[in-house]
Amino acid sequence: MAENIQFIPGSDACIEGALYAGCEFFAGYPITPSSEVAEGLSKELPKRGGKFIQMEDEIASMACVIGASLAGKKSMTATSGPGFSLKQEGIGYACMTETPCVIANVQRGGPSTGNPTHVAQGDTMQARWGAHGDHSIIAMTASNLQDVFKMTVEAFNLAETYRTPVVLMFDEATQHLREKVVIPEPGEIEVIDRIRTDIPVGEQYYPYLTDANGQRPMSDFGAGHRFHVTGLHHNLLGFPDVSPENVNELIHHLVDKIDSKANEIARYKEYYMDDADYVIVCYGTTTRSALQAAEDYRNQLGIKVGVLELQVVWPFADEIVREKCANAKAVIVSEMNMGQIVREVRRVVDQPEKVYFSNRVDNQIIKPADIKAALRMITGKGV
Amino acid sequence: MSDTQFDVNKYIRAQFFPQMWCPGCGHGTVMGALLRAIHDLGLENDDVSVVSGIGCSSRISGYLDFNTAHTMHGRALPTATGIKLANPNLKVIVPFGDGDSTAIGGNHFIHACRRNIDITAIVMNNRIYGMTGGQYSPMSGRGVKASTAPYGVPDESFDLVELAKGAGASFVARTTVYHAKEAQNTIKKAIEHKGFSVVEILSMCPTQFGRKNKAGEAPQMMEWYKDNTVPMGSKKLADNPDLIQRGVFVDDNERLEYCTAYQELVIDKVMKKG
Repeated sequence: MAENIQFIPGSDACIEGALYAGCEFFAGYPITPSSEVAEGLSKELPKRGGKFIQMEDEIASMACVIGASLAGKKSMTATSGPGFSLKQEGIGYACMTETPCVIANVQRGGPSTGNPTHVAQGDTMQARWGAHGDHSIIAMTASNLQDVFKMTVEAFNLAETYRTPVVLMFDEATQHLREKVVIPEPGEIEVIDRIRTDIPVGEQYYPYLTDANGQRPMSDFGAGHRFHVTGLHHNLLGFPDVSPENVNELIHHLVDKIDSKANEIARYKEYYMDDADYVIVCYGTTTRSALQAAEDYRNQLGIKVGVLELQVVWPFADEIVREKCANAKAVIVSEMNMGQIVREVRRVVDQPEKVYFSNRVDNQIIKPADIKAALRMITGKGV
Repeated sequence: MSDTQFDVNKYIRAQFFPQMWCPGCGHGTVMGALLRAIHDLGLENDDVSVVSGIGCSSRISGYLDFNTAHTMHGRALPTATGIKLANPNLKVIVPFGDGDSTAIGGNHFIHACRRNIDITAIVMNNRIYGMTGGQYSPMSGRGVKASTAPYGVPDESFDLVELAKGAGASFVARTTVYHAKEAQNTIKKAIEHKGFSVVEILSMCPTQFGRKNKAGEAPQMMEWYKDNTVPMGSKKLADNPDLIQRGVFVDDNERLEYCTAYQELVIDKVMKKG
């Protein structure tokens, strides 16, 4: 069979990934630069018997996605900028109720309305800490459209595996870029379906009881188990329980179920890392320029620069980043914000003083020259 | 329809009783009317989803043995919309308060009315934020004393019936906790109605509203509903136009319900096109 090769924008790569993963429900609200995801799914979902709804606002979209997920559907929304802020209430509720869902956040310039049509990576920390209260979350990125596709599939898989919202931290540049994407055949990439309980209807079902496989199998609203979900601190049955012991256990569970699996959840790519004396740590669009900078230094100066691209940003892969940066003379963190992941890298590496920062916050994509300027400062040699 | 005797234990999670509502609170009466209506309709517990928001009234979901979600403040309707769209076979009922439905959730309320999705919204209107300590709501009305209106509320109240009608709900009714049997029958009709139905039930909060407004204890507050409401179109209105009307103001079965509309106008259309 001929390969399914497409030349599509990033929004379509995300849509194709969502459909491949079995997304059945989308609720959203128009916002630049993420609207193309909603537009595409409004067209594609009903062809497959799925449902699309344009809600009255971002808050409603997030709540609607959670409702559909509780009723058993793989669900997602997409947003940008202020919309991501508005969704935080619902994201916190999804964390608390352990309701799987996927939120694509196509990042744009901020704060506030900022610049809707230009690129930024200013929401990285918001993805981690946007919802109030202690919790953990998974956030993923991609620097090319094949990976936008792949990460979208994996976002659904991780959402189901860990019963958590997963944020796809795309950006305006990857969203509007057009590239070749090979859509894999069904089965080529594993798709994890909703992990449902095998407790017979009529027997006591605990929606928040961890089984021998480390899973908390779900039931659907209407499937006969009649469970309760609440944003209040709750026990294994889902009913409110504010006893200190229960709350302590709940909060530890919500954080540990993701943070303790950081190495398993980690997705990253290494370029020229085997012999690298200098490591550029980056994620998303920034990776493209980092690669160019690394290649120019290698090819023109023989200076061994490698690139470590983080595809899962949260939970932060402490051990992996520490290990990959251990032998580097210097580490450059490159991101399009005032310094968000650089703090994490400084936190985890053995010598924080060897971590340098290369950024851009003027709505322009970070360029190889920007990163090379940092390399010149560090190595004393420039190209 | 059910011909069996009503047994409340079939519908409640008895382990959580007595419930947390104050003595004299009207919400228990609403809960009773809702459960009797569900019984009258012969609905199975598995086929009902009760979705609430935040506040005193919204704690109702935890007490009931259905598919229940106690969601976020104001967000019961959009969450319920997701549940209903994902599983249109469920009877989705949203009992929530006046603050939840008309203030923080006001936008969701009017859009649920407009969409005409088959959800039954029961607004337990006690005209006050009870749980947070008696602050005024969009339903309190001018002059009412509240913990955030020590000199009286300066702003006008919504008329929930007019709001729902104007926003396009296809079933709109009002009743009170004094008229418990009427409430039961109204909820029954609302659940039976295919489309977005709104039942405003005037409830009371002796603790937060009654005390500050010298409205008396629960029996006096109920009496007030008896004396100050009349059936829709009553002749008494000619003498006293300030009387609050009860009844079913809209019952329109012609309007296309949202899940049906999505199926017929979107999915079926796309499938046909192939």
